[in-house]
Amino acid sequence: MRLEPRESVSFWLVLFAPIGAIGVALVLTSGLILWTGESIIEAYVSLLKGAFGSRFALAETLTRATPLMLTGLAAAVAFRARFWNIGAEGQLYCGALAATYLGTGLVTLHPAIMVPLLFIGGALAGGMALLLPVYLKSKLSVDEVVTTLLLNFVILLFVNYLLEGPWRDPMSMGWPQAASIIDEGVLPRIMEKSRLHLGFIIGIISAVLVWVVMRFTVWGYEIRAVGHNPSAATFAGISVNLTVLRVALISGGLAGFAGVTEVAGLKGYLTLDLSPGFGYAGIAVAMLANLHPLGVIASAIFLAGIYVGADSMSRAVNIPNYIADVMVAVSVLAVLVSLMLSQYRVRFR
Amino acid sequence: MMVLHIKGVTKSFGSLVANDNISLTLNEGEVLALLGENGAGKTTLLNILFGHYVADEGEIDVFGTQLSPGATDAAIDAGVGMVHQHFTLADNLSVLENIVLGTEPLTSWKLDTAQAKAKLTALANEFGMHIEPDKLVADISVGERQRVEIMKALYRGARILILDEPTAVLTPQEVDNLFITLRAMVAKGLSIIFISHKLHEILAISDRVNVLRRGCMVGEIATKDADRDSLAEMMVGREVSRPEVEHMEAGAPVIELGNVIVAGGRGHKPLLNGVSITIHKHEIVGLAGVAGNGQSALGDLLSGLRTPSSGTVCIAGDTVVDYSPRAFITKGIGRIPEDRHARGVVGDMTVWENMISENLREKPLWRFGRLIDFDACREFSRNLIEQFDVRCKTMEMPAKQLSGGNMQKLILARTLQNEPRFILANQPVRGLDEGAIAAVHERLLAAKRAGAGVLLVSEDLDELFALADKIVVIYHGNVSPPLSVGDVTVQDIGIMMAGDLSHGEKFDRAGAA
Repeated sequence: MRLEPRESVSFWLVLFAPIGAIGVALVLTSGLILWTGESIIEAYVSLLKGAFGSRFALAETLTRATPLMLTGLAAAVAFRARFWNIGAEGQLYCGALAATYLGTGLVTLHPAIMVPLLFIGGALAGGMALLLPVYLKSKLSVDEVVTTLLLNFVILLFVNYLLEGPWRDPMSMGWPQAASIIDEGVLPRIMEKSRLHLGFIIGIISAVLVWVVMRFTVWGYEIRAVGHNPSAATFAGISVNLTVLRVALISGGLAGFAGVTEVAGLKGYLTLDLSPGFGYAGIAVAMLANLHPLGVIASAIFLAGIYVGADSMSRAVNIPNYIADVMVAVSVLAVLVSLMLSQYRVRFR
Repeated sequence: MMVLHIKGVTKSFGSLVANDNISLTLNEGEVLALLGENGAGKTTLLNILFGHYVADEGEIDVFGTQLSPGATDAAIDAGVGMVHQHFTLADNLSVLENIVLGTEPLTSWKLDTAQAKAKLTALANEFGMHIEPDKLVADISVGERQRVEIMKALYRGARILILDEPTAVLTPQEVDNLFITLRAMVAKGLSIIFISHKLHEILAISDRVNVLRRGCMVGEIATKDADRDSLAEMMVGREVSRPEVEHMEAGAPVIELGNVIVAGGRGHKPLLNGVSITIHKHEIVGLAGVAGNGQSALGDLLSGLRTPSSGTVCIAGDTVVDYSPRAFITKGIGRIPEDRHARGVVGDMTVWENMISENLREKPLWRFGRLIDFDACREFSRNLIEQFDVRCKTMEMPAKQLSGGNMQKLILARTLQNEPRFILANQPVRGLDEGAIAAVHERLLAAKRAGAGVLLVSEDLDELFALADKIVVIYHGNVSPPLSVGDVTVQDIGIMMAGDLSHGEKFDRAGAA
């Protein structure tokens, strides 16, 4: 058995390969559901209903998709340039720190200025969290996978220190949480009687903007060239270090956005459980979307649907909601295989 | 007696037929030359012989026994040995250790060095090869390494030797020595397949020539009945014309290297050790040298990828301060990289995207806010594709799907459209077919006529003698003074390539002029 490259890849194949892969993933997870002794149909129906079956469910799914979209974009942009930023989790918390610092009474401005200020601060903080890894990579060739991953823990411990110490809200009855974002800084709701907030729109706009930058600008050209072949890019006069720095700032900034949406849009104040691993899940989101910025919108909603739906499935039928993690993992693997199969055909001789 | 018989081998990859019903025979005690351009199907045929690919049709007999398809050691066990173009030796082991590597018995803890050495010495004596079994491979010359590779095959009992482009890394004198060895081997009854596209070598060493073209065996001829032109025509499929070189009065210097030193890594010798070269307008200077003597460092330096440790580079009289590809492009340096796949193009981007890569930062190609002007870019590359005859189905296809020749034309188009005053052509025709070679050479000569100075780096002395006005030899990071092509012979250059740079002093008139 061997693989041979396809001469041409049709548009429909590219479009349907991920959808087919998700189908395969659902079939594979069915095995686990059978093992619990519950009905597969019932399980999947309750999952689907829980994710998209009502106005409330849909709003919950989109709310959950918001940070995933932003961390997914962060990973997609970075991975396109072969800059392996595994630190979106830490950058998210940096964004949340900045939003908390600026939004808990340091300044009080009209919401039309206050909200953009929080986002700008969050993006700067998220981008700055990558300056050290970029410096080490450019000057000393230190692998960014290691530095960005380990910085996550450094940042998280720093947040922990702030919440236990200087930033602890005196009104929190001893819980490690920061003061609430003032009313002017809170992201407005965009759907009545739901938690869906402005962050979702920001996520969509970010995806479109990233797509435009990657596809239509000189920067995007340089990012793609550096990602595909850094030595040819260097030879043609593109500065790899500068491009990587640019990518890192964009990527960290997007992850910082995610921190802002969670603090100022959903929770209202900073806690240590602000993100249940959105930074890491963003990698799966980006992989599912084959690193395409617009695809990230769809894959973030899909992943959010699985997580939200699995919660309601676990209430309806007797299946633990950990099944969501299994489904996401299997989907990512299936999509990776399907992407390979859309480029290569299998020959059995 | 027939020792190897390939019968009707066919292999296709998708719609591409790499080998189409190929048959050939090899007799005991003969040298059979296999001639063909890159992409003619030589490598595929070898891969089938050694079991890396399974042929769609056909079979292979060695010494009358059929090889089982897809078994990677069948051919080796049957007595076929292969000497690769790129050596497969471990530098940190001795010659003897390299040769016995992989043949040690599994059941014994200790290597029987004395016995292995005795066997090796006997073999070396039999074929009149000089070999020092205890030296480290790192310390021996390229010619000696090749002898070790041949020895490796013989040690495993090979009676049929296949040599893939064996002369690419050798000086002319080392080639002569290799040929003496090969003749001694066929005299003892071994059989040899000699793969090459260098016609004069094939004429010198082989008894019979088989010619491959586009996957088909297009002809077989006894060497005594063949000549250079007839072989070239069989290989290419049409008559081959040589480029017309006109001598021109050299103008002002376009680039001057003054005593440039490029340091090697820590604890290594410098890559360039005080190199001074001046290249003038209307002049092609050829850089001759065995691979690995500093050509890459010089190429990187002139591409703007490396900063000299000391010394100066002047472009059109101005001393360079900013060593970066961008600065070099802006100052009118055109660069044709040594490895077009690794450095020349971004394979996964489209043809037109590669065409604009050096000009992207200039105005007409982008508009306000650095948005790429797609129409202008496509127009820009459509013109160049036409002008330089880059053959591609569409300019939206990924550049990696271009053939080598068309990829090189793309790089030439992108470089030459900026009308550079100096062109670094680093191995510009390596791996190209005759048609593409002629096109590339014609472009370089046209650039020279238009006033550019060219540094042509090549391992092929025929190419240098055909194109260059002067030749500079590089050895261990040192260069000889420039020698006028009319004054020296291939043998002189060969002596200098082997390390005797002072040999050139008696010809040193070009430098004084």
